Amino acid sequence: MNVDAKQMKKIEMQEYQNLVDQIKPKPDILKNSIWAFMVGGLICGFAQVLVNYLLSLGMSRIDASSAVSCIMIFLAAFFTGIGVYDELGKRAGAGSIVPITGFANAIVASAMEYKREGYIFGVGARIFSVAGPTLVFGFAVAVVVGLIKVFLSS
Amino acid sequence: MTPLYMAFLGGGLLCLIGQLIMDLTKANITPGHILVGYISIGAVLSGLGLYQPLVDAVGAGATIPLSGFGHLLVQGTLKAVESKGLLGAFSGGVEAAAAGITCAIVFGYVAAVLFNPRD
Repeated sequence: MNVDAKQMKKIEMQEYQNLVDQIKPKPDILKNSIWAFMVGGLICGFAQVLVNYLLSLGMSRIDASSAVSCIMIFLAAFFTGIGVYDELGKRAGAGSIVPITGFANAIVASAMEYKREGYIFGVGARIFSVAGPTLVFGFAVAVVVGLIKVFLSS
Repeated sequence: MTPLYMAFLGGGLLCLIGQLIMDLTKANITPGHILVGYISIGAVLSGLGLYQPLVDAVGAGATIPLSGFGHLLVQGTLKAVESKGLLGAFSGGVEAAAAGITCAIVFGYVAAVLFNPRD
C-alpha cells in the first residue's frame, strides 16, 4: 500500500468515526439524572419505612437492616421475573442499578437468559455472572481491611 | 430512627452519582461495573471509617445502595478480627452478609427458574 492509499484510509476512518458520533444518541444527562435520583431515592425511602417498622417492633438495628435487605432482594427478584424491573431500568438507569435491588436484578436477569443450558450449569452458573465479580471485589477489600487491622493491633 | 426524607435524599444522591459516572465518562460502563465499583468503594470508605457517619445520617439511604453491602462486609470483618484475630479477617465478612447473600442466591435462583425472559 503506498502512502496516498494509507492517507485515504485514515481519512475514511476519521469520517466514519464522525458519522458514528453524529448518529449515536447523546444521553440526556439532566433527564437521566432526575430519573436516577427519584427512583433511587424512592427505593431507599421505601426500605427506610420497612426498617423503621421493624425497629418499632423491637428488632435490633443490624437485624432490621438484614431483614429489609432480604425483603428488597425478594421484591426485586419477583419484579425482574415478571419483566417490570427491566422496564423501570430503561428509564431509571443507575437509580435501579445502585440499590441492592439492582444486584438481585442482575442475578435473575442473567440467570433467566441461560435457562436452555439447563437448571444446573445454565441457571445455576449464570446467577454469578454479575454477582460473582461483585462478591469477589467486596470480599477482597474486606479481607485486606481485616488483615491491616490484624497487623496494626499486633 | 432515620427520617424517611433523609433516606430518600441519601439514596437518591448515591444513585445520581452512579448515573453521572455512566453518562459523563467515555468508557462503556455497564451495570456490572457500577455494582463492582460501588461495593469496592463502599468497602474502602468503610475501612477508613468514612461510611458509618453516612449510615448514621441517612440510614437505608446508605445501607440499601450496594456501597452499603461493602460497608456491611468490612464492619463484620473488623468486628470478627477484634474477637477472633486473624481467623476473623476471613470469617467476619460472610457472617455479617450471610442473610443478604443467601437471599440473593435462593430468591434469584427460584425467580430465574419460575419466570421466562420476555423479548
